[in-house]
Formats: sequence, structure tokens, C-alpha cells
Amino acid sequence: MNLPISWLKEYVDLDCTTQEFMDEITLSGSKVESLTVMGKDIDGIITGKVLEIEKHPDADKLVVTQIDVGNGEPLQIVTGASNLKVGDIVPVAMVNSNVYHGSELVKIKKGKLRGVESNGMLCSIEELGFTRHDYPEAPENGIYVFVDEVPLGADVKELLQINDEVVEFEITSNRPDCFSITGLARETAATFRKPFKFPEIKVEEKGEGNAADMISVEIKNPELCPRYIARAVKNVKIGPSPLWMRHRLTAAGVRPINNIVDITNYVMLEIGQPMHAFDIDCIKDRKIIVRNANEGEKIVTLDGIERNLDPSMLVIADSEKAVAVAGVMGGENSKITEGAEAILFESANFNGPNVRITAKKLGLRTDASAKYEKGLDPNLSIIAVNRAVQLVEMLGCGEVCPGMVDCYPNVRTERTLEYSPESINKLLGTNISSDEMIELFKLIEVKADGSKAVIPTFRPDLEAEADLAEEIARFYGYDKIESTLAAGTPTVGKKSPSQQIEDKIKNTMVAMGLCEAMNYSFESPKVFDRLNIPADSDLRNTVKISNPLGEDFSIMRTLTLNGMLTSLATNFKRHRSESAGLFEIGKIYIPKALPLTELPDELPKLTIGMFGQNVDFFTVKGIAEELFGVLGIKNAEYSANKELPYMHPGRTADISLNSENIGFVGQLHPAVAENYGIGTEVYIAVIDINTLVSNANFDHIYKPLPKFPAVERDIAMLVRDDVPVKSIEDILRAKGGKFLEDIRLFDVYKGKQIEQGFKSVAYSLFFRAPDKTLTDEEIGSPMKKILSELEEKIGAKLREQ
Amino acid sequence: MQDKLSQIRELAKSRLSEAVDLKALDAIRVDILGKKGELTQILKGMGALSPEERPKVGQMVNTVRAEIEGMLANAVTELQAKEQEIKLAAETIDVTMPGKVPEMGHLHPMTTVIENIKSIFIGMGYEIAEGPEVEQAYYNFEALNIPKDHPARDEQDTFYIEGEGDFLLRTQTSPMQVRVMESGKLPIRMIAPGRVYRSDEVDATHSPVFHQLEGLVIDEGITMGDLKGALAVFAKELFGEDTKVRFRPHHFPFTEPSAEMDASCFACGGKGCRVCKDSGWIEVLGCGMVHPKVLEMSGIDSKKYSGFAFGMGLERVAMQKYAISDLRLLFENDTKFLKQF
Repeated sequence: MNLPISWLKEYVDLDCTTQEFMDEITLSGSKVESLTVMGKDIDGIITGKVLEIEKHPDADKLVVTQIDVGNGEPLQIVTGASNLKVGDIVPVAMVNSNVYHGSELVKIKKGKLRGVESNGMLCSIEELGFTRHDYPEAPENGIYVFVDEVPLGADVKELLQINDEVVEFEITSNRPDCFSITGLARETAATFRKPFKFPEIKVEEKGEGNAADMISVEIKNPELCPRYIARAVKNVKIGPSPLWMRHRLTAAGVRPINNIVDITNYVMLEIGQPMHAFDIDCIKDRKIIVRNANEGEKIVTLDGIERNLDPSMLVIADSEKAVAVAGVMGGENSKITEGAEAILFESANFNGPNVRITAKKLGLRTDASAKYEKGLDPNLSIIAVNRAVQLVEMLGCGEVCPGMVDCYPNVRTERTLEYSPESINKLLGTNISSDEMIELFKLIEVKADGSKAVIPTFRPDLEAEADLAEEIARFYGYDKIESTLAAGTPTVGKKSPSQQIEDKIKNTMVAMGLCEAMNYSFESPKVFDRLNIPADSDLRNTVKISNPLGEDFSIMRTLTLNGMLTSLATNFKRHRSESAGLFEIGKIYIPKALPLTELPDELPKLTIGMFGQNVDFFTVKGIAEELFGVLGIKNAEYSANKELPYMHPGRTADISLNSENIGFVGQLHPAVAENYGIGTEVYIAVIDINTLVSNANFDHIYKPLPKFPAVERDIAMLVRDDVPVKSIEDILRAKGGKFLEDIRLFDVYKGKQIEQGFKSVAYSLFFRAPDKTLTDEEIGSPMKKILSELEEKIGAKLREQ
Repeated sequence: MQDKLSQIRELAKSRLSEAVDLKALDAIRVDILGKKGELTQILKGMGALSPEERPKVGQMVNTVRAEIEGMLANAVTELQAKEQEIKLAAETIDVTMPGKVPEMGHLHPMTTVIENIKSIFIGMGYEIAEGPEVEQAYYNFEALNIPKDHPARDEQDTFYIEGEGDFLLRTQTSPMQVRVMESGKLPIRMIAPGRVYRSDEVDATHSPVFHQLEGLVIDEGITMGDLKGALAVFAKELFGEDTKVRFRPHHFPFTEPSAEMDASCFACGGKGCRVCKDSGWIEVLGCGMVHPKVLEMSGIDSKKYSGFAFGMGLERVAMQKYAISDLRLLFENDTKFLKQF
């Protein structure tokens, strides 16, 4: 909402600076968005009289003028304009002043045009930053010429009433009354404790006949149209409206058109009530019917576009056809044209949500619909219509017919709310007396007596005591409410165990050199193809957004890979030779049924993604192992998984805890890497966070430090290539006896001296007793068991030690 | 005999003075004190002496031996020190060369900001609540006093979910207020950070996914003064001890009275700069006293209990704090970006 300060001052005697005004009004709840100082960029443009016009010696299209700017020394200025004559008074941009060239500012310099000196520039209205809408007297192409006799050397901004400040407000949806100059003036008056001067509305009604005899109104749907008022004006003279009105419209951001249209817009801005004017002769039978549109009904709106209507929409119709879309835009078929003899002013109240939905369906959000959709006070309608016809009389552009037709089936009356000063104080933490509250209520036209408050109809937002408390707080001053720290029952601030574990996971990832990534929760259904996921996979059963921003954001992810791979690809493409290591803790969204009948499962996942020279399967697996260690998880198991369609079939392991799968680790399938444009091996791990949380164990029990040395035995064996070391380790642990403390794989070798299809695997075994140094004999027995079991179970052949 | 002994002592002295390394010293020790050394020879030759002379000579020899051993020990210490010095000199390094940095990872700046805020509120006795992002319309709207025809429910802002129920992606973290209130445990002091979704095209300042943090306090006798007090403490902790706050009346359907809180600009201290767009103030959060209707809908007696709620966008805090100019950087995960934090 744009508020020109000069307009505001018509209703409130404001005696502070604009800055002070903005600061104070912001603190009482009308939030200032910006301040525009009109014409601030075009200083130094003054009036000058054309004394002489001569042809330019070397240019057919230029003339050389002598201009009197009131200081006795005529200025020579060269111009290309052809509309000048001697004696015209025109705007003169002096040297070093700025004018507009399109939307750009250009500085005027002293110079020569085709060899003839020119000391300034004569300006068109466009060069001053305006259009012929704002100043209809300006010529289509050419220098602006003042219509009236004006002093020479005078500031053009003053004469054209360009000087003004316009404050833009953000109006919250609960305050439709503030979507008007008078609404904001009322707030201003309350804020500054000044009287609010609502315009005095008087109509002379000199026209012939009577509105009631000329028009009839019928509301078929009073729910969508609580009120409809029509007034008639005869002998209409269409023309430009006066400068003051045009200026106010322009300043408020509305383009002046002609006096009748300008009056409707002026009233809309001033009072907040949208209005419409019909050519009365275009209303068949002069009968206004407010009804729902018929199935398949069409109307060409004022912008010349044919609109398809549906029965949810409300139209203004005559006995034959729709003449306007209610609250949105008038119809082409009834618009005011030059020859219009009599017009009908509509000032009506329509249901806000219905107007909003209609405007949205039609893709036609207008100034009027924007006002209506907030929900307007039907009691404004009569003020507005009278104000409009008053302006008609004031501007002399028609004769107002006596009377009006006012259809107002359900009158909105003032409501009374009960309140208690004590509970308002209790809510605010204040100690404001009842009398003081009554005074504060008066500021906003609420009549209160200490227990009852009568609410004006333009404040539908005041529904309960809490609303009244806010009004008291606003004008008492939020800043005057003393800050306190709540007493009440003490509570312990803390993170839940799962939140603490999540922190631990993040910190472990960071300690191991990974950077934390953050990806979108939704993605494109195309990612499934990119990830090689078969058409019948459950992963394709997704939570779908019915109104997505586009296909790319249309489904909630059921796996986290796409985000991770997209991020890795970004790094790969930007820093080709380098490595990257990322992790993300983010949710996947798994529907329980499709279409959704209950909330989906939202499962947090840890995703690790890495590429780079020193990164291989065991790098990522090592990170996972270390994480399990940090979380006190000791029994994670890994088994080859050749089935994951997006993973390398020979380099991927399932991770399980107590036989429950909790994720996987491995190399991304090269074909998938290629789909993402990553031309190197990518390693991934995805681990379920909830399982980590439920298995984490932070109980630490001290084990006495060893007092006796460990005995080490190395064994090396030949086994078939496809024997996983896990099966060796299982035997070592099972048969190692109570003194086996640790085993360490220290060599795996294939190649020279090793038979094809076999590999050499070597382990160090550490034995230790808590109370003595172990002897060879004591270790001999478990070693024997180990060796025979290895031979028997996996056909291992012992190599020399 | 005495002459012989002094000769030996003098010889030892002069050879010690010429010795350049520990090896030379050792040779001297062997030559004089060793099994076949000169002094030992004298002792060995004592058999020829008379029994009266033996103790005397023995004593003289031992005195000289002790003397020479003392000199030797001194020389060893001296030489060792010298050798150490030479070794250390040879080991000199250029200490201005760069250190070897073990590669650590980095938390996402959003995580850092959220953790920072969490710890402030934990210190003030708040718990951290979490809840669903795919939400029922009831929690996102109705229970927050946003009825069916409210403009905030327009499809242009909200992502709706295909299905029979009234499901959507939560547009705010405020549904967490309702979920926590419904759980029935009082008093409540909680914050709920999380992802929220709005139908905004991606650009430098908009993202369809972003983070908010909700706060809720409910107890007997909570006042608007308490709201101001708690949030002023929060602002000081987040932006610095000198931070001032102001509360402007505002409108939210689920609080009444409602306010927006501005903090004095941390970059310029309130004088006006680019960060605060010359206003001196930075908009930090929306807040207000929980609307009695909202309390009642969640089964809390609004006559007995009152409370305040607040909500803030977190990306903006991170962008201001770290001077990040483009929101898209937060979702790109370029390690060159992430490693800056």
C-alpha cells in the first residue's frame, strides 16, 4: 500500500519529519517497506520562455532557440522538437541537471550540436519521468508546454506537483481497513495522538430524475454479495481529471485515465472500497442482477480478453448478459465511452475468499480484487459511493441524480466484546489502569467502559479479549512493556538421546575428513532411471506433490543417492583433479500406502560419498567401522551384495547388525557414475540412523591394563581366491581360546609363486593372559585347533611361518 | 715414583686437552687407566715394593687415578655438550614452513547456526522437538487458527500431496507447537528446528526447501514481558552482548498479540549499513502470545495457562552471519564452499 505523505496530511496534522513518521508508525504496527521521494533524481529543471526559434544552419531537423529562464540572460539551446512556438513556457534542464532517457538518468552537459552551442535541454514529459497519462496535456511527441502562465525560472517539480514522498507499507492480512489512505490516516492519528479528519461528504444531487426510478438491483446470492449500491450520474463529461487528483493517483501508483475512472480509483485508494462505473445504456432493462455465472458463460473483460466463467464465480449481469466479473473487472460491453450520457456507479461488497478464488481462476488479480479478497466492511460501500458522486460534482463532470438503490440484506452492526482490564494486564505483564485503557481504545474508535468494548464494523479482526490486548499494547507501546524472565516451573534444557547420537555421528564424520552436505528432500522421478533402478522397484512408490514447481521437484525422495551424487558431480566438474568427501544426514520419505492415507515414514539416513586418488572401498568401509566404534556398536557384519542395481556388483557389502540390514557400503556402479558425469570411481555408504541410535552403547567399563606381555604368532595360508577373510577370522576367533586377544590381517597376496585361483593370507595373532606370561605350550593348543579347523573348513594350506 | 705419577698426570692432562671426540677420550682412558694402562702397570709393579711402601704408593696411585678419572669425566661431559650442540645445529629447520594439517571435515554452515541457537535455548531450559515434514493440513493450518479459506492456504504457497487425506509439506515449523501441546505435558519450553517447504522458485534469496525454528513456552502466568525478556536474551547470545532488540506489532493467526522482533544490526551496531539496508535493524523473528483458540484446540485450558511462541527463518541468519550472498550455495555442497566454515 502506497501512502503519499501529502495526501495523508489532508486527514491528519502531521508535524514531524517523514523519518519520524515512519519510525513511529512502524512501532505501532504499520510496517514501512520503503520510502520513495518523487522526482528526487531530476533536480535543476526550471521554467523558461521561448524567445526565438531559428533553423539550425547545418541540420534540417534541429532548431536553435533562445530561452529566457528569468535571469535576464537568454540561454541558447538546440532542440529537435517541432511543437514549439515563440512565447511557450517549457521545462528547461540546466547544465548538470539529470533527465530520464527511458528508465536511465542522463546528465545534461554543455556542448555543441552540429557545431552550434547548446546550454541545456528542453524537456518532454517523458524526460521528467512521467507519461501523458499523468499529464494528458503534454504533446505526444515534443516538449511539454505549460498550459497556464507560470513564472520563469521556477522549479518545474513544484509546478507539476511532482514533489512528494511516498511511503510503502506492508499491510497484514488481518487489517483490510488499512488498505486505504484514510485507514492509514486513522492509524497515524492514533499513533501521534492527533485528531483524525475524515473527509466531509456532501452531495448536492442536482441531476434530474431519481436513481431508484432509473435502476433496479437484485442480489441472487446474498452470501457472496452482502451489499450492492448503485447511484446514477447524468450528463457526463469525460475528460482528464485535475492535476491534484492525477498527482495523487500517480503517487499512489495508479495510472490516471479519465475523470470518471480516476474518481473510482481515487475513492478506492482513499476509502478502500473498490468502485465500478457502467454506461447505464449498456445495462439491458437497466436491471442489475448479481448472480452466479452460468455454465459455459463468457465475458470480454475491460482488458479485451474473453474470459470463461464457471458457476462458482459471481457476476454482475443485466437481464440478458454478464456485464462485470464481481469484484474483479468490468466488462467491455458496458464500459464508459466518450458518448456515455448517464453512468451507474457501483459500490458493492463481495465475499473476499470468493473474489480471491475467482481472480485466481481467471488469472486476473486486479487492484479491486486485491482489496476485496481481504474482506471489506459493507458499511464502507455507502461512504464510498457518496464520496464518488461528491467528486463528480466537485470536478463538474456530471449531474448526480438524487437517491440511490441500496440492496443490503444483512446489515453488519457493531459488535460488543467483554473484556477485563485485569486479564489484559496479566497477559501483557503490564499495570495499565482501566481508564487509561478506555483512552487507548478511543484512539481507534472503540467505545469501551471498563468491561465492554463496542467494536466498529471496519475492525472485524477484533474478535476476542486477546485482540483487544494487542490494541492496548500497540498504543501503550510494545517498547514500554517491561522485559522479564519467566518464573514458572523450572525445566531442564536438553537434547534427546537420539539427537545426541546424531551430533556424535556428525562430529565423527567431520573428524574423518568429510564435509557435511545438505540436499533437497524432493526430486524428479527421472532419478530412478539415472540410478539404474528397475521399473518395478518399490523405491518408485513415492510421496508425490500434487502442485510441484516442476517435475524436478515433484516426488519426495525414497533414497538419498541422487542428492549425494549430484553434489559429488558438482565437485567433480568444478575441481576435476581433486577429491571430495561428503556426508549428509537427511530423511527419506516412504509411503505406507499409495495414494497416501496416513503420514509416510520419514527415515533419517547417513549417506557418505567420496571420490579421489586415495579413496577405495576400504576407505569408506573404514569410516563406517570407525563410526560403529565411536557409537559402541561391536557386531556390525559385512556380506557381499551383488544385487543393488546402482552399485558395483563385485564391490558392495551389506552391513547388518544382529542379522538386521542397516545399510550398505561399496563402489557406485560405473554406469551410474557416468549418468551423473563423474568420470572416476565413486564410493558410497548409506546407513540407517534409527538403527544406529537404537544400537548405540556408551557404557564403558574399565579393563585393567595388561601386566604381562602378549605373545605373537604369525600364520600365513593359501586359500581359494573366493574365500572371504571373514570366514578365516570367524575360525580364528572361534578356536583361539580364552587368551586370544586380537588378530590382525597383515597381508593378502595374489600373483607370482601363488597358484592361479588362490591367494595367500597372513595374520598376526596376539595371545595374552592377565596373570602370567604365556608359554609356548599354552599357546600350542589353540594354535593347533585353529590350523586344523582352517584346513578342514576352508581348505587352507599353511605356508611357512 | 712420585715423579712418574706426576708425569702420567701431566700426560693425561695434555692428551685430554687435545682430544676432539669421545673416541679419543676413550683411547686415553684405555692407555692410562685400562688393564694394560700406565697407571695399572704401576699398581701391578707394586709387588716389588716393600710392605711399608705399598700402602703409600697405592694411595698415591689412587689419588692420581681419581684425579685423572675426574678430568676424563669432565672432558666427556664437555665434549658431549659440544657434539650435541653440533648435532642440534645441523638439525635446524625453517620453522616458518607450513604445518602438516590432518584433514578434518566441516559441518555445514546451517548446522553450525542451528547448533548455536539450540545451545542458547538449551541453556534457558528448552527441549528440542522434532516432527514430520509431510504433515496433515490440520496441524499446519486449522489447529493454528488458519481456517480453510485463509489466503495463506493458497496453492501458490503450499505444496500439497497426492492422496485421499489432506496432506501437505509443512509450510512452517509451527505445527510442532500443536504436536507438543497435544502431547499433554506441561509446562512446555521447547524449540523445534526443521525443514519447511514453500512454493518459491529457486533464486539467490528463495528456495522451495528451507529451515525454520519454532519456539514455544507454556506455563501458568506467562506474560508478554516474559516473551520480550526471553527473546532479548536470545538475541544477545546470538548476535553479541551489545545487541538491542525492538518489538513491532505484527499479525500471525496463531498468536495474539503478535510481534516481529528486530535486532540492532550486528554488522554496524545500528548505525546503518548494507547488511541492514541502512535501517540499523535486522528482522530476526516473528512471535506473540499463543492465541487462546490455539491453546483450546490443543486441549490446554486458556484460562489457566498462557504462553508465547516464536518462529524464525534460519537461512537468513546464516547468510547474514557469514555474508553469504546466494542461498543456492547452501544446497550445492561444493567442498570449496563448505570448507570455509
